[in-house]
Amino acid sequence: MQYQEEQDFSKHINLGTWRKLLGYGAAFKGKFLVIALSMTMLAVSDVVMPLMTRYGIDNFVVPRTLEGLTGFLLFYALLLVVQVISIYFFILKAGQVDNGMGYTIRREGFKKLQELPFSYYDRMPVGYLMSRMTSDARNLGEAFGWGLVDMVWAVVYLLASIISMLLIDWRLTLMILLVVPPLAVVSFYFQKRILKSHREVRKTNSRITSAFNEGIMGAKTTKTLVREEMNSREFQEISSTMKTISIRAAVLSSIYLPLVISISSIATAFVLTEGSGLVLRGIMTLGTITAFFNYSLSIFEPIHNIAATLSEMQRMQAAAERVVSMLETESDIKDTPEVISTFGDSFHPKKENWPPITGDVRFDNVSFKYKDGETVLKNFHLDVKAGETIALVGPTGAGKSTIVNLLCRFYEPTEGTIEIDGTDYKKRSQLWLQSNLGYVLQDPHLFSGTIRDNIRYARPQASDDEVYAAARLVSAENFILSLENGYDTDVGESGNRLSTGEKQLISFARAILSNPRIFVLDEATSSVDTQTEALIQHAIEKTLEGRTSFIIAHRLSTIRNADRILVISDGETAESGTHQELMAKRGQYFNLYTNQFMEEQAKAVLDEKDHSSKS
Amino acid sequence: MQEKKKVSIAPLWALIKRHWAMFLGAAIATIINVLIGFITPAMLAELFDYYLGDMPSRFPAYINNAIQALLGSKDNVLSNLWMFGLALVIIQIIKGAFSYFKGIWCAYASEDSAKHLRDRLYDHIQSLPFGYHVNVVTGDLIQRCTSDVETVRRFLNVQLMSVFNSFFMIVLALALMMPVNSKITIISMIPLPFMLIFSWRFFNVVIKAYQNWEEAEGKMSTVLQENLTGIRVVRAFGQQQEEVAKFEKVNNAHHQAGMKTAPLDALYWTSGDLFSAIQTLIIIGICITEAYYGRITVGDMVILITYSGMLMGPTRQLGRILSDAGRSLVALDRITQVLNTPSEPEEPEAIKPSLQGDIEFQDVSFGYEDKEGVLNHISLTIPSGQTVAILGATGSGKSTLLHLLQRLYEPSNGRITIGGIPLENIDRKHLRSRIGLVLQEPFLYSKTIRDNVSIAVRSAAQRDIDRAVRDASAYDFIQQSEKGYDTLVGERGVTLSGGQKQRIAIARTLMKENDILIFDDSLSAVDTQTDNAIRRSLQERSRNITTIIISHRISTLSQADIIFVIERGAVTQKGTHAELIEQDGLYARIYAIQKGSALDADHVSE
Repeated sequence: MQYQEEQDFSKHINLGTWRKLLGYGAAFKGKFLVIALSMTMLAVSDVVMPLMTRYGIDNFVVPRTLEGLTGFLLFYALLLVVQVISIYFFILKAGQVDNGMGYTIRREGFKKLQELPFSYYDRMPVGYLMSRMTSDARNLGEAFGWGLVDMVWAVVYLLASIISMLLIDWRLTLMILLVVPPLAVVSFYFQKRILKSHREVRKTNSRITSAFNEGIMGAKTTKTLVREEMNSREFQEISSTMKTISIRAAVLSSIYLPLVISISSIATAFVLTEGSGLVLRGIMTLGTITAFFNYSLSIFEPIHNIAATLSEMQRMQAAAERVVSMLETESDIKDTPEVISTFGDSFHPKKENWPPITGDVRFDNVSFKYKDGETVLKNFHLDVKAGETIALVGPTGAGKSTIVNLLCRFYEPTEGTIEIDGTDYKKRSQLWLQSNLGYVLQDPHLFSGTIRDNIRYARPQASDDEVYAAARLVSAENFILSLENGYDTDVGESGNRLSTGEKQLISFARAILSNPRIFVLDEATSSVDTQTEALIQHAIEKTLEGRTSFIIAHRLSTIRNADRILVISDGETAESGTHQELMAKRGQYFNLYTNQFMEEQAKAVLDEKDHSSKS
Repeated sequence: MQEKKKVSIAPLWALIKRHWAMFLGAAIATIINVLIGFITPAMLAELFDYYLGDMPSRFPAYINNAIQALLGSKDNVLSNLWMFGLALVIIQIIKGAFSYFKGIWCAYASEDSAKHLRDRLYDHIQSLPFGYHVNVVTGDLIQRCTSDVETVRRFLNVQLMSVFNSFFMIVLALALMMPVNSKITIISMIPLPFMLIFSWRFFNVVIKAYQNWEEAEGKMSTVLQENLTGIRVVRAFGQQQEEVAKFEKVNNAHHQAGMKTAPLDALYWTSGDLFSAIQTLIIIGICITEAYYGRITVGDMVILITYSGMLMGPTRQLGRILSDAGRSLVALDRITQVLNTPSEPEEPEAIKPSLQGDIEFQDVSFGYEDKEGVLNHISLTIPSGQTVAILGATGSGKSTLLHLLQRLYEPSNGRITIGGIPLENIDRKHLRSRIGLVLQEPFLYSKTIRDNVSIAVRSAAQRDIDRAVRDASAYDFIQQSEKGYDTLVGERGVTLSGGQKQRIAIARTLMKENDILIFDDSLSAVDTQTDNAIRRSLQERSRNITTIIISHRISTLSQADIIFVIERGAVTQKGTHAELIEQDGLYARIYAIQKGSALDADHVSE
């Protein structure tokens, strides 16, 4: 899957962000400790190894004796065992932290996303949220697990080897340390460049994926427009860019390692030159020079690790900020503590305290403004008796959806109150209201799983018979039973294996089964074939029976059947009344009706979806 | 992933051959690198034994002569010890240079191979027949084009030379260690085969665990994606609690799968380290003992320990790469399968005539692979320059009929002629470029609206764009959007409604020169008024163009010169609106439904 990429490079590492994230890793304290401990042991034993060689050469090989060899070998074996055990535990624990952090971020993030208001979703494309929850979460998990590993090892190794060398010979030590500053400069410079070029490669790679995606999805159109050659040329531009920048990244990496190794070989050269002189003069033993030789060979490793980890952290800074800001976003629609203590929150409802709902709805002087100050609804009044059907009509952007969204408490009024059964709905929990809502969207959304699962979505405990009854009521049973597996047919990802009309019927059955007192319908205008159209019409009628309903209406018959029609224009009720009343008025509704609805009706009857190009 | 059937090595060989010089160069650099890698320990041994100690030189005479010519006598070297240091640095730099060359050659060859594969895949996919794309499984095909190419690229970039490197390293280390001390060499080799086999077998287990993990991740993101896109449904039904539980299940499954990889990973790496620890311990023990008996020197010991240490990494790597190489071959095989799918045949003799003539279907039949009898012996004539409308039920074959005109499919029986010329003699691309076909669900590219409108022509003047857009009744909504023509369409841009997409698709078709225009129900998502407006401007724009319209709107159909009604792959009615409403048939029925339901609606209101 390809998700939208955001800016992923921030200038500075902000430890505050990381500390906040670490707060989510509290459960891993023990594991962090084990990692730090294993890496410390590993680093120390790595530092001791050259000393062992030194001891072996100076105490056994040069004097030619075997005295104490057993003890030496046992100690050596012990050291190796410590190393192997440390390696086992750091890989295990870092892997667990990596997975666990990702899991925790996703768990907390998901919960947060279930609470965040729609105004948040309006700002955030789903692609962005997906990338926070998938790649960002995964990368941060890695950064925590493996970053700690590299950092602890590097710091301990660097310190311990310096101490160990100083204890043996401070002059040779200083000579080795002489190469550390240039190593550090080169490492930091290259690591930064390398990470940046890898980022470019990744970005271009996702462009290639998009291009293939488009090439495949659009292949039929391409053929009919004879655009193959131009497409190829455009694709080759991207694939050439990919080649060029990948090679550029490879050049950087290919220079980097030989370069740092060459620099550290200067330290080795010093050691050999100076050390040999000391050996000749009998001041230094062969064992010692071997030990220094080994130290000088690996001095670049901790420096490289530190540079790589810090660059990686810098790269991850933006991701860390994105995730933290998502986790810390406060919902602007919140139940008060009193409400929560009486009715419970979204995850722990106290259903026993929930009052039954009749379905009277009252908008009292309701206004709504977006955060950017755009007013969508002005001083809106509406009194609806339980069981009434209200049709909302009017041009796009007039505020019909806002009224419905306010009713569902997806947004809250910026002024005025909305009362359900005579009580301000802010004095009840969100879940109380939403559990009593039925909602059918223009573009019906189903979830992966069987048709049965989907109908049962709002009431998982419903019996099979209730599922069948709901499907029958909206006349969906015929098509369901015509499918190979009937109710157990897998609908595919987001219901994609079904046609729009079929999805719509199932979404009606789903709403019926939840038996809502208040029903909201965003009526579809999409073209479905005549037969399905009739079925949907029938389903709507069945669903509305006896419920308070708000319908954003496009279909003539729905509007005519409504108890009241509101013509919404510029955030206000322009006209209100029954079909006859409004027609008699010869105002906006009359115009809308004659111009649009007649044609809508004609189209709805005539349009038949054409499947003949497919099997 | 691991398929049982045998995959051919030929495609891989072909890829390597394309860049044989670079791969050869990289191989030579690898060999030189391995060789140089053996010098430093030998140098150290020589320093210890010969220069600092009192042993004879370990090198054969000709090397010694060379060293003497370069550095002078032993005494000279001892008084200028810096020469040793300098030599070391120079060796390191030379080694670095070769590893740099190896790196960039491999990178160049592998990146170019990847580009080659990608370009070929892209071109080939475009050249595959229309029917292939109707039935294609997009996800799988994209995976072949992206992650399979990546697998092959990584193999060529890293793994190929690693195999080479490992192999050479092992052979050379053995060759160089044997003369020093054959007993120690043989003993130090004992863990290697075990390690190779272990690493090979066990790596497969690790990979399986990772595949499970990836699968679990896929399931998790599906649930996540569905939740986020359906957040309104979730909230409206108050299902947050259940959704959290549902996500927890898949998130946890993914977590558990990941947790299973951790101990395997740890075990895999640790076991390798254990083997090498055992090897190191054995060698050190034996070396010290051997040195005690005077059978080896300090220098020998340095060489034996360093060289045998150098073997562990490559051996372990070899095992891993061997089990990975199989995957690369499978990936390349999957790519080759796509490239071997037959594309639309080239027809060098095909002609490019004018398409301004009568279109004639003579006894045309057609069936899809999985659906027979889509068209049954259809014969009809569409006179040049006229407007013809087609009405038909879902699945009647009317779209197929028109797709045949662009040679998107070939009829199984009968023939189609334009101006008397059989279609199969006409060049496909010529045909398609002169016939404007607007599909019902058109695809817009993720480019700006301007680019989308002018996509079928090489260059476009603003005047032409304006005109096409106006004729397609798309001008107003384009102008109303913030960025106008520069509005980005698709994934990262605005989501257009079905009707808006259709209008842009019409505009882009109008941009090119057409002899024939086909609207495959492509006005279905615009309202009747707009439909009328578009058709009016079409008539003014294109008097001589033969126009074929599939529609269900009587208002649209009624204005055509001839109307064909198609049912179950055959023409059942033919005539003008006036004629057809008098006949008992589908046309009159549809006409009646419109009137009837309007009456019905009126009735309700009474």
